[in-house]
Amino acid sequence: MLLLDCPCCGQRGEETEFHCGGEAHITREGPSSDDAAFEHYMFERVNPRGVHFERWRHVAGCGKWFHAARDTVTLEVWGTYPAQTSRPPEELLEKIRAARPGFKWRDIA
Amino acid sequence: MSDLTGPAPVTALGGAAFEGYVRVAEEPQRAMFTLRGDLSATAMKNAATGLAGVDMPGQGQAALNAERMVAWMSPDELLLTLPWAEHDKACAQLDATLGDPMLNWGDVSQARAHFSLSGPDGAVREVAAKLAPVDFSPAAFPQGSFRRSRMNQVAAAFWCPAPGRIEVICFRSVADYAFRLLSDAARPGSEVGLYA
Ligand SMILES: [Zn+2]
Repeated sequence: MLLLDCPCCGQRGEETEFHCGGEAHITREGPSSDDAAFEHYMFERVNPRGVHFERWRHVAGCGKWFHAARDTVTLEVWGTYPAQTSRPPEELLEKIRAARPGFKWRDIA
Repeated sequence: MSDLTGPAPVTALGGAAFEGYVRVAEEPQRAMFTLRGDLSATAMKNAATGLAGVDMPGQGQAALNAERMVAWMSPDELLLTLPWAEHDKACAQLDATLGDPMLNWGDVSQARAHFSLSGPDGAVREVAAKLAPVDFSPAAFPQGSFRRSRMNQVAAAFWCPAPGRIEVICFRSVADYAFRLLSDAARPGSEVGLYA
């Protein structure tokens, strides 16, 4: 079971109060992009064993979207942060680096 | 939809009640409004607190005085409840005060079902905790707390107006389901003693 702290309403809830929206920080390529970039956006997802960054929605709560960083093996939640960003906050990355030295996720390490 | 448009609107379950180890009762019809927009906007705050006559609630809080309540629903949403008798007047006043197109209001009086749980404080908290993944302990959910969550399969919001009492709203379309859930959770003999 995951315990998530919604950064939008401040409530701590367990995962059935939320809905996972898949991988975080995906660049949404538009009609002007080339085929490779569009394919990457449309189909290519990571499915890591360990540190992962995801979008979540507080569906049975305030209804807002946010980001979460967690470990897919241990179900530890490193932290949650606002949806309005294209990269995890540095202080959260510091925390993950300390707990999982040498982790790599996409271009984030 | 005669139950909604007739001269005297009726609640979804006609005031149903269940006497368990906690009393479960459908509450009388209230006027209920959703206000949406920037909660720091003066017009927004004035519209809500002016009609309800209570202070602006903080995050996760409900400010209330009997049937008058302003509750914090999300960073851009408030719930306002008033005695039903003030419904028409309140609609006119909201129309007049929320003229800014970025501040919206909607009449949800008949979109919701509203229940109360009353009895010994620990037992009331326990019945709510059987159905929602929420910590209803007095420390985590003190008087004045307001929490949106789910009640089994349906969305619900809970608040604590006074010790020994928790009120719940859900969509009117699931009123019967919600009442049965609450009644079953309050069934005599099913006491757990979670907050005893
Ligand atoms: Zn939330």
